[in-house]
Amino acid sequence: MTMLDLDPGKYGAFLWPAFAISALVIGWMVVDSLLSARRWRKEVQRLEALRSDMKDPSRP
Amino acid sequence: MFQALANPQRFMDFSRWAAPLVGIIAVILIAIGLWLSFAVPEDYQMGDTVRMVFIHVPAAYMAMFCYACLGGASFMGLVFRHSLADAAGRACAPLGAGFTFLALITGSLWGKPMWGTWWVWDARMTSVLVLLLLYIGYMALQAAIDDEVKAARAASILALVGLINLPIIKFSVDWWNTLHQPASVFRADGPTMPAVYLWPLALMALGYMALFGSLWMVRVRSEVWRKRANGLALQAAG
Repeated sequence: MTMLDLDPGKYGAFLWPAFAISALVIGWMVVDSLLSARRWRKEVQRLEALRSDMKDPSRP
Repeated sequence: MFQALANPQRFMDFSRWAAPLVGIIAVILIAIGLWLSFAVPEDYQMGDTVRMVFIHVPAAYMAMFCYACLGGASFMGLVFRHSLADAAGRACAPLGAGFTFLALITGSLWGKPMWGTWWVWDARMTSVLVLLLLYIGYMALQAAIDDEVKAARAASILALVGLINLPIIKFSVDWWNTLHQPASVFRADGPTMPAVYLWPLALMALGYMALFGSLWMVRVRSEVWRKRANGLALQAAG
């Protein structure tokens, strides 16, 4: 198996922050996209339930 | 296929399974790409900083690709008034801004050890900064106008005008004398980059592309639900 070179030496101060910031920004993109979708899907479900409640006069 | 997916319900049915599938493909491609990024030998000139290429270049590609998608969606919205076009554009903007930010930051972190400076106002870097400002301007315009139709129209016009920046970014290194190096992958006479670095770069670029595809579908779904929720809220209020 190929050995990984995880010791960038004097360049570590530049390389690791670049990878860390990339991971953070991509993580933000994923989390923000999923949370936003979940929020609006739940809001639609809530409003549709509210509308069906209002249409059904037998409900208290 | 494009016509079919312009229908919101068909898009929702398609993206329900396509978004997670493309997301899984993105994770696999990026995982293998990252592994190879640290398995390849260091460059004889750049040393270990050559590994920056595997995150910087894909981010720069995606910064431009997202804007091309934003321009395409804006054109479809303005000219053909496709119902999903505004949602498609809105979904592109934050992702494109994220990739552009990454291209600038990773470029800066690469520039310091290689060029001795974090930033110079050369044509490539300045035009990419303008790209970030265009994304921010598009999102700000969408948020600033209450009437969604007017907001979409104004933001689409801004996006279309901004398309002129894409060839400027691409050819800036040929048209002007820049500190940034010329193209080394997409060239008429073939890549000048050693083949050993091309594979991880290709995998990371495809991984970033798949990630964008997956998140773009998730964000368009979110936009469709948002508009449906706003419609339902108006009905309930009326």
